[in-house]
Amino acid sequence: MSFTKTDLLGLKDLSKEEILFIIETAEKLKEINGRDVKKVPTLKGKTVVNLFFEPSTRTRTSFEIAGKRLSADTINFSASSSSTSKGETLIDTVKNIEAMHSDIFVVRHAFSGSVKFIAENTKANVVNAGDGTNEHPTQALLDLMTIKEHKGGFEGLNVAIMGDIEHSRVARSNLWGMSKLGINVRLFGPKTMLPEHFKHFNCKICSSMEEAVENADVIMMLRIQRERQSNLLLPSLREYSKFFGLNKRALSLAKKDAIIMHPGPINRGVELPSILADSKQSVILEQVENGVAIRMAVLYLLSLNKKEG
Amino acid sequence: MLLLKNCTVINFDKIEENVNILINNDKIEDITKEEIESATVIDCSGKYVVPGLIDMHVHFRDPGFEYKEDIESGSKAAVAGGVTTCLPMANTKPVNDNSSITRYMVEKAKEIGLIDLFPIAAVTKGMKGEELTEMGDILEAGAIAFSDDGLPVMNSEVMRRALEYASQFGSFIISHAEDKNLTGDGVINEGKISTITGLKGIPAESEEVMIARDILLAKLTKAHVHIAHVSTKGSVELIRWAKKMGINVTAEATPHHFTLTDEELLNYDTNYKMNPPLRTEEDKNAIIEGLKDGTIDIIATDHAPHHRVEKFVEFDNAAFGITGLQTLIPLTLNLVKSGQFDMKKFVYLTSYKPAEILNLKDRGYIAKGKKADITVIDDKIEYIFDEKVNKSKSDNTPFFKKKLIGAAIYTIKDGKIVYDFHQQ
Repeated sequence: MSFTKTDLLGLKDLSKEEILFIIETAEKLKEINGRDVKKVPTLKGKTVVNLFFEPSTRTRTSFEIAGKRLSADTINFSASSSSTSKGETLIDTVKNIEAMHSDIFVVRHAFSGSVKFIAENTKANVVNAGDGTNEHPTQALLDLMTIKEHKGGFEGLNVAIMGDIEHSRVARSNLWGMSKLGINVRLFGPKTMLPEHFKHFNCKICSSMEEAVENADVIMMLRIQRERQSNLLLPSLREYSKFFGLNKRALSLAKKDAIIMHPGPINRGVELPSILADSKQSVILEQVENGVAIRMAVLYLLSLNKKEG
Repeated sequence: MLLLKNCTVINFDKIEENVNILINNDKIEDITKEEIESATVIDCSGKYVVPGLIDMHVHFRDPGFEYKEDIESGSKAAVAGGVTTCLPMANTKPVNDNSSITRYMVEKAKEIGLIDLFPIAAVTKGMKGEELTEMGDILEAGAIAFSDDGLPVMNSEVMRRALEYASQFGSFIISHAEDKNLTGDGVINEGKISTITGLKGIPAESEEVMIARDILLAKLTKAHVHIAHVSTKGSVELIRWAKKMGINVTAEATPHHFTLTDEELLNYDTNYKMNPPLRTEEDKNAIIEGLKDGTIDIIATDHAPHHRVEKFVEFDNAAFGITGLQTLIPLTLNLVKSGQFDMKKFVYLTSYKPAEILNLKDRGYIAKGKKADITVIDDKIEYIFDEKVNKSKSDNTPFFKKKLIGAAIYTIKDGKIVYDFHQQ
C-alpha cells in the first residue's frame, strides 16, 4: 500500500492498514539503529523542527535521534504553551518557523486539538508528539510494534491498560489503535481517573485490577501525572501504589508470558515496583528503542507527501 | 404615518389575517380591515407581522471591549435580527455596577436610536461576588434587573441577600448557574465527546447544582429568580419542579442550545465553544420540551461577540460564546417548521413573555395604542449569513457563511423603519 496522509495527528484518523504499514516500515528501518554507522541519507536536506510547547525530554530526544538517523536537519524549539505571553499567537509562531522553509513540524502542546489546529494552518507536515489529553500516536505505534514483536500479531490479544486513563493521551491513542487491530482492551484505574464515559471506546471498564489482568497478554501501566492533576484525584501516592499499582499477586493472574509495558518515565514504587519494572517480563526499554524506529518511519512516510496549495 | 398592508398579525393568543396596521409616530394607531391611505406603505402579504422581538440576554461589550462590539454595532445587529429591545449584561469594562455606567449605556443607545436598551446591572460590585451593588440607584438610571452573568454568584449568602434586596425594588436576579469548582478548567460538555476529543469536560451538574440552589433561595426569599441559558435536561426538570412548587422562577434557553449538540466539537472548531457548553441530543430535546410546556419561559440569544483573534487560537485558549442576534429568527423558525410549536408560541417566547417578565407593558403585543415596535418576518427567504448580512462587529458563530432560511425583512422601532433586509 502507499501512505497518503500528510500529517500524523492521531490513531483515531488512521485505518488498520495504515497503522500496520507504519509498523512494518519501522521494522525495516529498525535495523539501521543497530549499525555501527547509524545514518542513512533518506531525509537529507529536509528540516525537521521539534516544536515543543510543553516540556519533554524523552519524546523530543527520540524524535531528534530519528530525524538525525535519516540525515534530516533537526532543530528544537521550546516555548510555553501560552505562546501569547509575548503577544504572539500560536499560529503566528508556527507561520514564522514555516517561513524559514521547515519541512516537518513535530509538535507537542498542552491543549487537546492544538496540533490539529496547527496542521490545518501550515504547509509543513505535522506530527503530533502529544496534544493535551487527546493523542500521542507515535507512543501508541511503538507500543503496538513492541506487542507485535512479542506476540506475533494483534487479533484476540487481551491488553489491560491501568492507571490514570482520563488524563492519558497514550491511553487514548492505544484505545483507538488497539480496537482497530482486534485487541480486547480492559481498563482499570481509580474512579477519579476513569470516568464511565470511556465505555464509548470499544473496551471493557473493570472494577478491579484482578478483573483487568486476568488472562492478559499485555499489562500496560500508565504514569501518574501529578503535575497535570488537581490533588483531589488521589489522596496520596502511597495509597495509589497500594490499590492501583501492579503487584506480583495481580500479575500472577495474567498469562505466564504476559509482558509489562509503561510509557515512561516510571514512578518506581508507585505504578510498578522495581522488581517488576526490571523483570524479564518488562519490555519498557524495548518500547524506548522501538520509539526511534517508529518515529523514523513516520518522518519518512510523511516526507513523501506534500500538502497541496 | 406608516401603513403595513395585508398583514398576518401574530400575537401570542391570536392570529389576524389580511389586516392593515396604521402607525402614527411611535404608536399603533389602528388595526383594521379597511382600506387606508398613507404616505409610506409596506405590503406585508405572505409575511408574518409580529411584535418587535425582545432579547433579554446580550453582551454589547461597551464600554471596554468596543473592538468586539459596541452599542452601535450591537443595535444594528439587533434590528437586523428583528430585535427592538435588548438587555445587555454587566460584564463590561468597567463592570456595569453603578448608575453612571448604566446611564451611559442607556443614553448611548438612545443617541443611536435603533433599539431600546435596558441594562442588566451587576449583582455585586466588580462582579466579585462579595458586596451588593446600589440596586435602587441603578434601577433609577434605567436598568431592569441584575446579574453577574459570565460568572455565578458563588456565595449562597450573597445570592440570598441579592434576591431579597432586588425584590424590594420590584426587580429580580438573573442567575448564571454554574458551580465554578465543578467546571474547573473544562471547555466542553463532559461526556462521550470530551472523552473522545480529550477536551476537558464541564459536567451537566455544574449547572444543575446551582439551579437547585437558586430555586431553593427563591423559595426562601419569595423573590423572583430568572435562570439564564438553561442547557441540560436536569436543569429543565429542576425548574419544572420549582414551578410546580409555586416558586417564583422563570427561565430562558438560547437558540444554539436547542439547535446544536456537542457532537459538533469533534473537529475542535472554536466557533462551537460556549458557556454553558453545547450538550447532548437528550439535553437539546429536553430544552425543546421545556419551551413547549412552559417550563422555559423565553428565548434569549446570549449574543456574545468576540474578535476573530480570540477564536483563532488553541481550543482551550479560545473565548467562550457566539453571536446570536441575527440567527435568533431562523433558528427559532426551525422549531416552528418542524412542528414543535406554532407562530403564536414563537411570539410568546420571543416578545410577549419577555415583556411580561421585564414588566414592559407597552410592548410584546400588537394592538391599538401599543408601542409601534414591529418585526416583519419572511419565513421562506433563503440567504447566506455573510459579511454583507452580518451587522455585528464580530462573526464568531458556527452559522457564519452558512445558508439560513427566514429573517426579519423589516424591523420597525417606535414607528420608524430601522431595518430593511433588501436595502443593506
